Amino acid sequence: MKKLILVLTGVFMFAGITRAAAPYKAGDDVSDFSLKNVNGEMVSLSQFNDAKGFIVVFACNTCPVVKKYEQRIIDLNKEFSSKGYPVVAINSNDQTVSPGDSYSDMQKTAKSKGYAFPYLYDESQEVAKRFGATNTPHVYLISKKEGQLVVEYVGAIDNNADDAAKADKKYVADAVHALLKNDQVAVTNTKAIGCGIKWKKS
Amino acid sequence: MRAPGPYIIMLLLISLVSITKVTGQKIEYFKVPELTKLLNNKDNKLLVVNFWATWCQPCIVELPNFEKVAKSYDASKVRFILVSLDFPSEINKRLLPFLKKNKITLDVAVMTDVDYNSWIDLVDPRWQGEIPATLFLNNVSNKRYFHMGKVDEPGLKKYINAFL
Repeated sequence: MKKLILVLTGVFMFAGITRAAAPYKAGDDVSDFSLKNVNGEMVSLSQFNDAKGFIVVFACNTCPVVKKYEQRIIDLNKEFSSKGYPVVAINSNDQTVSPGDSYSDMQKTAKSKGYAFPYLYDESQEVAKRFGATNTPHVYLISKKEGQLVVEYVGAIDNNADDAAKADKKYVADAVHALLKNDQVAVTNTKAIGCGIKWKKS
Repeated sequence: MRAPGPYIIMLLLISLVSITKVTGQKIEYFKVPELTKLLNNKDNKLLVVNFWATWCQPCIVELPNFEKVAKSYDASKVRFILVSLDFPSEINKRLLPFLKKNKITLDVAVMTDVDYNSWIDLVDPRWQGEIPATLFLNNVSNKRYFHMGKVDEPGLKKYINAFL
C-alpha cells in the first residue's frame, strides 16, 4: 500500500510538473490570477467587466529590452484600452536575483513613467510559470470568448526592438486589430531576443 | 641553392597568415545568411556559440568563463564564437568599447538582423530568445546541444568534453 501511494504521488507530481511546463499557446484557456498591483490592490482579470481581452506583458524594471519597448507598451495601452484591450503588465523577476525589480522599485517605475495600466508583482513566480513566460518583454494577447479567457497570440510586440520606427511587423497591434474586426489573428506566435526571467534560486 | 628561396618565402607567408588568424580577434557582422552558414558548417571541430549582449547582466558575468576555458583547448578542435545581440545603434558606442576594455580575445559575430523571429528557430526550436544561451555543435559528428541560461566554468568544460 505504501508503495502504491508512493508511486501514485510520483505520478501526480510528474503530471503537475508536465502541466506547469507546457507553455500557453494560441487557443489555450487561461486561468485567472490574483496579483498585487503597485497601488497595493489585488488585481484579477475577472474584475475587468468591460474588457474584451487583455494585452498581458511580462515586463520588469531592469531589462534593457523592456526599456526599449516601454513607450510602445504605454502606447499600446493608450490605443487599445478604450477599445477593450487594456495592457496588464506583470513583473515576475526575483528581487534577490535581480535587485532592481523589487515591489518598491516597481512602484517607482510605474510612477515616474506614468503607467496608466496595472503593473503587477508575481512574487511567487507562479503566474509566469503557468503562462510559460521565459523572457521580458513577453506578450500574451488574451480574448474573452463566452466568458472564457483564451490565448490569441504569444510573443514579441513587433520586429524591431532597437528602433520602433523601423518595425514593419507590429505583431500585437495587428493581432488586436484583427480581434476588433472579429477576424482570425494571422500570426499567433513569434520569438524575440530578451532578458530571461530571473527565477528564484532553489 | 636557388630553388628553396621562393618556398621559404611562401612558408613564411603562410605561417604569418596563420599566426594572425590564431592570435587576431575576428569581428564579423552577421545577417541570417552568415548565421545559417555558421550553423551549417562542415568543419570537423566543435563549435561553441555563445549568444550574449553587453546589456545582458548574466551574459557579462559568464563571459570570462568562455575566455578562460577557450585557453585550455586546442583551437583546431574547439572553436569559440561570441554572437553579440547588441542593438545595432549601440555597436560603436557600447559593444566595441566593451570588447576592448574587457580584453575579449575570442571571435565575435555581431548579429545585426533584429527581426529575431526570422532566425531564432534556426538556432534551436525550443529557444524563446532569452539570453545568455550557448550552442555546442559539430555537424560532422552530428553532435548538438543547446544550453539555455548561464553556464559556469565546470559546466562549460563538461559539455565540451562530452563532445570531444
